[in-house]
Amino acid sequence: MTRSPEDVAFKPEGELVLRVNGNPVNVATSPVRRLSNVLREDLGLTGTKVGCDAGDCGACTVLMDGRPVCSCMVAVAQAESCEITTVEGLKARAPLFDRLQKSFLASGAAQCGICTPGMLMSATALLEQKRNPTETEVMDAIGGVLCRCTGYRKIISAIMNADLEPVSAITGTGSGAVGQRLVRLDGQRKIEGTEIFGADEMPVGALLLRVIRSPYHRARFTFGEFRPFLEKRPGVHAVLTAKDIPGRNCFGVIPPFADQPVFAEGETRFRGEAVAAVVGEEQAVERLDLEQFPVSWEQLPSLLEIDEALRSGATLVHANRPGNVLVRGRVVCGDVEKALGEADVVVEGEYETSFVEHACIEPESGFARRVGDHMEVQACTQSPYMDRADIAAILALPADHVRIIPTAVGGGFGTKLDLSVQPFIAVAAWRLNCAVKITYSRVESIMSTTKRHPSRIRARAGASRNGKLLAMDIAADFNTGAYASWGPTVAARVPVHASGPYQVSDYRALTRAVHTHLVPAGAFRGFGVPQATIAQEQLYDDLANRLRMDRLEFRILNALDDHSPTVTGQVLGEGVGIRECFEALRPRWTDARTEASEFNRAGATLRRGVGVAGMWYGCGNTSLSNPSTIRIGLTRNARVVLHQGAVDIGQGSNTIVTQICADALGTLVDQFDLLSGDTAVTPDCGKTSASRQTFVTGKAAYMAGKALRQRLLKMAGACDCATLEFIDGSVIVTENGKRLPIDLADLPLDQHGYVVTQEITFDPPTSPLDENGQGNPYAVYGFGAHLAEVQVDVELGTVRVLRITAAHDVGRAINPTLIEGQVEGGAAQGLGMALMEEFTPGKGENLHDYLIPTAGDMPPVETILIEKCSSVGPFGAKGIGEQAVIPTAPAILNAIHDAIGIRIRKVPATPDRIRAAIVAAGGPGGYRG
Amino acid sequence: MLAGGTDFFPALGTRPVTGTIIDLTRIHELRGIDTASDHIRIGGATTWSEIATAPLPRCFDALRAAAREVGGLQVQNRGTIAGNLCNASPAADSVPPLLILEAEVELTSSSGVRRLQLKDFLVGNRKTCRRPDEILSAVMVPLRFKDAPSIFLKLGARRYLVISITMIAALLSKDGDGQVGAARIAVGSCSATAQRLLELEHDLVGQPMRHELCSLVRTGHLGPLSPIDDVRASATYRRDATLTLVRRALDACVGAQS
Repeated sequence: MTRSPEDVAFKPEGELVLRVNGNPVNVATSPVRRLSNVLREDLGLTGTKVGCDAGDCGACTVLMDGRPVCSCMVAVAQAESCEITTVEGLKARAPLFDRLQKSFLASGAAQCGICTPGMLMSATALLEQKRNPTETEVMDAIGGVLCRCTGYRKIISAIMNADLEPVSAITGTGSGAVGQRLVRLDGQRKIEGTEIFGADEMPVGALLLRVIRSPYHRARFTFGEFRPFLEKRPGVHAVLTAKDIPGRNCFGVIPPFADQPVFAEGETRFRGEAVAAVVGEEQAVERLDLEQFPVSWEQLPSLLEIDEALRSGATLVHANRPGNVLVRGRVVCGDVEKALGEADVVVEGEYETSFVEHACIEPESGFARRVGDHMEVQACTQSPYMDRADIAAILALPADHVRIIPTAVGGGFGTKLDLSVQPFIAVAAWRLNCAVKITYSRVESIMSTTKRHPSRIRARAGASRNGKLLAMDIAADFNTGAYASWGPTVAARVPVHASGPYQVSDYRALTRAVHTHLVPAGAFRGFGVPQATIAQEQLYDDLANRLRMDRLEFRILNALDDHSPTVTGQVLGEGVGIRECFEALRPRWTDARTEASEFNRAGATLRRGVGVAGMWYGCGNTSLSNPSTIRIGLTRNARVVLHQGAVDIGQGSNTIVTQICADALGTLVDQFDLLSGDTAVTPDCGKTSASRQTFVTGKAAYMAGKALRQRLLKMAGACDCATLEFIDGSVIVTENGKRLPIDLADLPLDQHGYVVTQEITFDPPTSPLDENGQGNPYAVYGFGAHLAEVQVDVELGTVRVLRITAAHDVGRAINPTLIEGQVEGGAAQGLGMALMEEFTPGKGENLHDYLIPTAGDMPPVETILIEKCSSVGPFGAKGIGEQAVIPTAPAILNAIHDAIGIRIRKVPATPDRIRAAIVAAGGPGGYRG
Repeated sequence: MLAGGTDFFPALGTRPVTGTIIDLTRIHELRGIDTASDHIRIGGATTWSEIATAPLPRCFDALRAAAREVGGLQVQNRGTIAGNLCNASPAADSVPPLLILEAEVELTSSSGVRRLQLKDFLVGNRKTCRRPDEILSAVMVPLRFKDAPSIFLKLGARRYLVISITMIAALLSKDGDGQVGAARIAVGSCSATAQRLLELEHDLVGQPMRHELCSLVRTGHLGPLSPIDDVRASATYRRDATLTLVRRALDACVGAQS
């Protein structure tokens, strides 16, 4: 029946009755508020995540009458009379959910966990309809939920296997944790939706802050009168500008290059740069139309491209950086011109890569509060101690007056190394003496946070007739945007790595990081090495083809080994597993190429191809100190407390560092209580970047575990062959069958409150690079190679990746499931970079114009783990986080070339670009309008 | 006017809601699909999921396929057919399949009901001739080619959750002599509103219903299109890919003839 108009018209603010997770709840709110906000803010059901407020990511998926919907696009009044189920309500749907949950844990389907509730809701709706869904049905069901960490395959298999007998998940109760597929220690919180991310724990009554940003790439601006603006808007308490900053209006991840203001002064250097903030009561600030803010803009001419910025006489983005060059990088060995002159075969190419957005599903978020003369900032971050130093300088406080409390991080990938929300809320909280919170909108996040550097790379390489790689000459320019961020690191890292993991005796690599009036480019998984590898691995493919050599065998022939020097003159001596990686791909290489040529015999429209690419990547900072300090304490009741300051951004450091420490100490993971990154309770473990946490923090944890073990053995008077058992109140040391108990109850407590404390720092041994880039920049490198199989539709230019086989030398696989997660997720980001990801500042600041791979875009990924130990790492382990992303894109590009005989030199290789290249090469069809 | 909210809320962004909002989703008469002898009436507030799973004649295959391509499942469970039409995006997935069905829209206001051809209702990029006091109460589809197979092809740069670069809906019905009796071909995302390729349709009629049909498609047939360059693709690529997809859609229509 039709309701009368009176029935359907709501009062602006009314009492609504919802049924959520089986319970009726009353909510007094505007009927058009987004359901997601009501669930999170009014009902405290923060398991439902908000990623985009636009239906582009699916993180906010809830069930309405059993059907998955994006709660960000439901007006709360529309949900009246529906049964709403959130992740918190899944418990009531046991045993189905119980099995699904266990399956997610055992499969490693949750990494950072921000998409997990949305995935679980979508999976539940599917499984209630169909108990044993096919792969396609699962993909259709989760196609509307984006994941940036996992590459989807573990999620798909977790859902498909949910109704099977659960694989018994490995927990921390067994001995010998290293090498075990231990379920991640923080996994339960992620699959229950109880993990606390940046936006999930705001203090009641906190003021809300919003940022006023430049609408132009470059603009001069003048503020109007703030007082009338504030007087007309009750509840809006303050406007903050550069004048309100107590200390330095400047921050940056590399102190000598710090150049970014919290609030611009007089002129902005990129679209999205902050000039002011408004702070006030939540509802008042939410209601603001920021267009009304009293500021006038004068658009100025801007530099957007590398070439424009390098042109002589170009406007300087920073007066103190001549030629707009932020920094140059250089590694030179041998005589590259001579070697190229003598080479039998020389190939060259120019390559271009685009801005790539991290697209963490969690937008930046957090709150700050003033506690007397101290400041506390709780936010999502990859680098708590660096944040602390910058916030202290901005507030003119001593560092130990600032506490950084990292929340769980809903995807980082490098962008959350830089400050985002923190300076604004810290300045506001300090000035107003109130808790102040902010959550970036998706638009704001994309507009203002760092990106992967666009690059333009010219390279030449030469080889001898017998296939020996002789020389490589590469010049790479990176568009570093308006501020330094990690530009210097990119410029320094790329020359070291641009040879690839091969023996090259004559080499020249020159890089520049170039300023423009664009959003700062910073750190993104690989610090420029993925871009350089796109050039280098395609070029080496060309060499092999010119030599008529098998492309894989060419790489094997020239692979770096333990005893050959790298291009920086470093001889690693051990742990160089690149040849083994390539060799592990041989069987699939042979089969895949046979299958592709059989397929191609059949038709002309769809062409298949196979490509391979290698990779190496130094773990830790380039020739710079980057220590990690681990504290481990023994309590009177025999619990081992691990102060582990490495921020787990989903990659699994909470679990891996504990596994390492447990084995070093000689006890079970279950014996540990974990305290994770918080500058007040954990020592500095450095930043979560540069693939350094397993290696550097892991080594510190190894050493701390060993040291505690030695202390306990000494207390018991036992030798190293003894075993330890931690039983309530005592440690039982057993040596050759003899029990030597240590009673902990009566022992004095030290300054940390423990019976015994060990605090150990590990800093990887490196040496500075000389003016030619010669030296030992890293103590350990990770190696890997990917094999991609693709299918190209030559009439449309579309590419489907059919399969990826990834071999990685990880030294020692501490936790194979977590490593596979890194590899699959890295491959997904590499696939995105190769085929679809391209950010154009000012256009498409959302997740429907900026595309990342969905569940339907990822092929199966087979991971092959090679363990060539580097003794400097814990149990021989090396990093994997960035290694995983580097070879995918060039392997795909090489496969496209194999399929259609055309090099795509600009990524992403969109259908548009591939088709244009096919038409230009005289390929089939083509519109002639 | 608020229905599924899948365009309303994304467009809202961080701005506050202002003015009066009328929710249409609980008006029973606006939902569901009714079949009469000569037409099918789809209520304006019918969701994509409902259309995708409804028992509909073969000529609706393209519309049902399009229904599965509107955003993800979450969007399909909320988004409505009327919302998609009133939002009038050049990339609206529903428009090409409805154009080949020669659908009409029913517009209701307190002063009465009027019907318009869909092609006349859509007047430009995000422009319709709906009056502010009207709601799009239903889509009426005449059953002229009830059992003719129809095909929908959408091209995007990824598998799910994608706005199309171009999309094609095509329908071919066979006459008693095994020839093309009627042809309906529409292209979306390549002009301000999706367009039928009338000249091509004309050229196909009377041809033998064979796979060779697609060789009749000439670049000149794309005359009604005026694609633009945007973040998704260039205009040149859109024309080029459209040509290929039109041929493939015809091929698939021929293949689907019983």
